[in-house]
This record gives sequence, structure tokens and C-alpha cells, in this order.
Amino acid sequence: MKLLKVYKWALLFFSVQIVIFFINNTIGKNAFDITLSNLEEMILLIPPIFIIMGLMDTWVPKETLIRYMGHGSGATGLLIAFTLGTVAAGPLYVAFPMGTLLLKKGAKLSNVIFFLGVWSSTKLPIVLFEAASLGVNFTLIHIAITIPLYILIAFYIEKSVSKEAISLIVANAN
Amino acid sequence: MVSSFLYSLAGILLLVSFIKDKSKTKKSIIIAWKSFEKLLPTVLAMMLFIGITLSVLNQSVITTLIGSKSGVLGAIIALIMGSIVTIPSFVAFPLGGALLKAGAGYMQVAALVSTIMAVGFVTLPAEIKYFNKDIAIKRIVLSFMICVVFTAVIGMVM
Repeated sequence: MKLLKVYKWALLFFSVQIVIFFINNTIGKNAFDITLSNLEEMILLIPPIFIIMGLMDTWVPKETLIRYMGHGSGATGLLIAFTLGTVAAGPLYVAFPMGTLLLKKGAKLSNVIFFLGVWSSTKLPIVLFEAASLGVNFTLIHIAITIPLYILIAFYIEKSVSKEAISLIVANAN
Repeated sequence: MVSSFLYSLAGILLLVSFIKDKSKTKKSIIIAWKSFEKLLPTVLAMMLFIGITLSVLNQSVITTLIGSKSGVLGAIIALIMGSIVTIPSFVAFPLGGALLKAGAGYMQVAALVSTIMAVGFVTLPAEIKYFNKDIAIKRIVLSFMICVVFTAVIGMVM
């Protein structure tokens, strides 16, 4: 019953696909194929990322992370957040558990938000791909505009969120 | 290539960890599995939803909506479409490139690809689950505004 509740949306969309298939075979089959190929990509990418995350969780001491990404880490913290976000691979939703892990280890919220921003705009493998498909100028403008603005919103969100709210997120992560 | 690099890295780290401390390694794997379990329902629902969307909206429909003559309205449509769906970037960029060739404008393509990557309404439930409603909504709304700025700049210079 609990499982049914957790997967209710997946079941609903799956039923919609079946209904579409009976109305129009081609579109239905297409929908199913696209779903399958996207899932395949995720199943391939997620295990190593999550294993690395699990290892980080048990091996990286909290003190180290606080020193490099916590309060008072300043530009170093931003630089590390930038590097983590740039070398990453995978869609943004993979970064959410990583962000919570960083918070749990004592990283500043602004560094975590900046990390998410970098992840969603300038991942290294993706930048090369972007330049190839849409041009170098397009890509440079994309980076030049998004990075400074993400730093701004990172500081704004950090300021607007209470310490209690962050402790609650950390408590839920365990 | 990216995935083989990640697998090698994870494999080496796992091996080193296992040699140093078996119980810590076991704990790491349990943590990894739990994060995966937490993410799976949202991801499954999202993939099925995207499958439906992309099969119904084929390339010719998309080009009509956001062609280079569609102007600001086309850019707004692209911003909204991109905010709803989240597709892998290596699908999004070639799609953007194909749309450019098929007659879409740079401004509309900028709107589409930037929001596809940064703004995800379908992944909002997962983001709320990992952070909280306040942070997730602020981040999504502000990221959307960044995409609007980027779209406007591309519209002016390209």
C-alpha cells in the first residue's frame, strides 16, 4: 500500500501511455521508446555517482568540509562549489541528494545553491556539447550571464533562510 | 566516456575504502542505495511524463510554436516548455541545434535550452523532498529569471 502511494504518479503516467497506445499505436510506441532510452541513461549514470556520494558521506570528516565550504570559507568555498558543479555529470535531480549531503556536512547554504546553479548551466562535458551544437559565442554568453547571477541568488537565498530551517533539512537527511 | 570515467573512479574508491575499512564501506553502499530509493519514484514518473510529452509534440509542432518569426511570444512559449520538461542535456542541445536548422530563432532556442537545464517543474517534488518548499521554490523562480535575462541578451546580440 505504501509502495503504491509512493509510485502513484509513475503508475498514472504509465496508464496514460497504455491508453495512448490503444488510441494511436505509433505515438504510444514512441512514448514508450523515449521513456526507455531516458531511463537507460539514468540507470547507467546514477550508480557510480551515488556510490561516490555514499563514500564521501562516511569518509569525509565534517570538520574538513566546514573548513572548506562552511561559514567563513569565502571565495575558497565558492571555488570548490564551482569545481564540484563543473566536473559533475548527470541531470540536475542527481545534484539534489549531493546538495543535502553537503549541507549535512556543514557547507554553507549559499555554496550549495551556487553548486546547484553551476551544475545546471556549466557542467564541463555539457559545455563542450553546447558549443558544438549551438556555437561558441552562445555558450560564452550563457556562462558569462549565469555564473555571476547564480552567485547573487545563492547569497540572497542564504540570507533569507533561517538556521532552524537548515537544521531541519539536515535532520531529515539522516 | 563520462560514464566509464565515473565507473572507474567509483570502482577505485570503493576498492580503497574496502581495503581500509569493511564496515564503513558497507555503510557507504547502504547510504547510496537509500538515496537511490528516495529518488526513484520521482524519476520514474518524470521519465514516463517526458516520454508522453515528446511523443505528442514532434519536431514540426515545436518549430511552428517557436520558429524565428514567433518573436517574443515564441520565446515565452519556449521558456514555459523548457521549464516543464527536464531532458538529458545531450538530448537538449542537439535538439536546439536541429531546431535552429529547422527555422527556430536563437532567442527561442536560448529560452528552451537554458530552462530545460536549470528549471524543472517536474523535479520540484524531489527538490522539495531534499531541501524544503521555501528554498526549492525560491531557487526555481530565481533560476527562471536568470534564464529570462539570458534569453533577452541572446535576443539582442545574436
